[in-house]
Amino acid sequence: MILKGKTWKFGNNIDTDAIIPARYLNTSDPEELAKHVMEDADPDFPNKMQKGDMIIAEANFGCGSSREHAPIALKASGIQAVIAKSFARIFYRNSFNIGLPIFESDEAVAKITQGDEIEVNADNGVIKNISKGEKYSAKPIPPFMQELIAAGGLVEWTKKRL
Amino acid sequence: MTITEKILAAHAGKEKVSPGDLLNAKVDLILANDITAPIAITEFGKTGAKKVFDNKRVALIPDHFAPQKDIKAAEQCKMLREFSKEQNLDLYFEVGRMGVEHALLPEQGIVVPGDLVIGADSHTCTYGGLGAFATGVGSTDVAAAMASGECWFKVPESMKFIYYGKLNKWVSGKDLILHTIGDIGVDGALYRAMEFEGEVINSLPMSGRLTMCNMAIEAGGKNGLIVPDAITEAYVNGRAKRPYKFYTSDKDAVYADIREYDCSKIEPTVACPHLPSNTKQASELSSITIDQVVVGSCTNGRIEDLREAAEIIKGKKVNPNVRMIVIPATQQIYLQAVREGLAEIFVEAEAVFSTPTCGPCLGGHMGILAKGERALATTNRNFVGRMGDPGSEVYLSNPAVAAASAIKGRIALPEETI
Repeated sequence: MILKGKTWKFGNNIDTDAIIPARYLNTSDPEELAKHVMEDADPDFPNKMQKGDMIIAEANFGCGSSREHAPIALKASGIQAVIAKSFARIFYRNSFNIGLPIFESDEAVAKITQGDEIEVNADNGVIKNISKGEKYSAKPIPPFMQELIAAGGLVEWTKKRL
Repeated sequence: MTITEKILAAHAGKEKVSPGDLLNAKVDLILANDITAPIAITEFGKTGAKKVFDNKRVALIPDHFAPQKDIKAAEQCKMLREFSKEQNLDLYFEVGRMGVEHALLPEQGIVVPGDLVIGADSHTCTYGGLGAFATGVGSTDVAAAMASGECWFKVPESMKFIYYGKLNKWVSGKDLILHTIGDIGVDGALYRAMEFEGEVINSLPMSGRLTMCNMAIEAGGKNGLIVPDAITEAYVNGRAKRPYKFYTSDKDAVYADIREYDCSKIEPTVACPHLPSNTKQASELSSITIDQVVVGSCTNGRIEDLREAAEIIKGKKVNPNVRMIVIPATQQIYLQAVREGLAEIFVEAEAVFSTPTCGPCLGGHMGILAKGERALATTNRNFVGRMGDPGSEVYLSNPAVAAASAIKGRIALPEETI
């Protein structure tokens, strides 16, 4: 699978309250959540982002709460993928469980500037920076995570085993 | 093996596990709340399972936006109630019986030492204070586990934190964990188990142990753990609803990092906006004025915490510029606070004494901040917008510092009010 889109950059420790503030958690409707995605990190983000864009962030993206609403809001808003130096543990699990593609790459985060157009090969983790004509690689996705993706997420994986 | 590795191995039916191993393990208890259970219930339906794996091992607790703060919150709580009825769940706690989940489950003996617990709430790691392996997961993980009774885990590396020396007056588990997070950072224990030990931990009461393990997640930790001992035994004896087992770490267990702290050097500690790792000594912050004080939450809403705050504020008044909100974490704590006269102390001091709820900790209800307002809270997170407007600020402290600050109208040490 090839993902292609424009990039938005964020800093370290983007927490789940920034991704989707708790004041909106009286619903779990993805479309409602998407209206407020990243609002407390950048109030204009829901208006200026376009479907297909990607987020590039520094370390520990998704720290804080276990709310699955965070990757759900990102996915429903049309964010195709998140590339970060590292992800908080629960956010990492949740993203694979619900099917939001995420990649870890120090190099890509260091070299991509906001607005660059990139192409991510989700199968081998190769990230092409079309704007800059560069190529980076993401850490390979662990085999079990690949199994989850191939099954269509954790629910489908569980269904087959019950 | 470490205690974390032993509990995971035992639940996966293995003799030995090592960090990095991926395994499927049987869970003893699964929990979710009114924010996370609705998604879990929906996803559970998609697994094709008709019944949960065990109706005695799924706990649903409406505590975040309950008592129901608005219509949408009421609809979410209703989903929990209906699912609990349909599945005949033993562990559904209605308003009036509920409490903040991580205070309630240990108190009621529903989580016990040696358990493997997953919860769709990041502070599930609290139960490490009892000597259980407990970790936060998402709603879909809970859905899958409700169907199968199992969950997949990667065995984490363990870090050891040793606390020695003598605790200073007004320094508690909260200060130790804030100091530790300040030292290693909000991702200092990312993906790892945090094991707390040392002479100070050996005499730390269960309330302080639960507080420390509660905040392991704020350092990115997968779980916090304290090897169970006589204090654990005294706490669970007569309380445990299931048989329990004490695990210990082997002498030759392998740790990715070992850190030692001389507690005689740790003073009352405050985390400044907007990260739990942004810590300073409370004594350095006496110029910080505050608009609100919150005493409560899964971190510091237990009876010991209320007693500590009441001791400071007894016979005094909350500063006219401050709103003080005290929230016992469970119904039992509430009742105990009434019987011990703590409720009277708080009300006479002109503080609010509320029914149990997570409420303001996550900016839900019962004390939301306006733009430019500043709170000092005994809660666990101070991210941007955590307690209300993105332009508000949250400082984190122990209950004694919170009560002293409520009196002074600025961040203050307990000594300043006595």
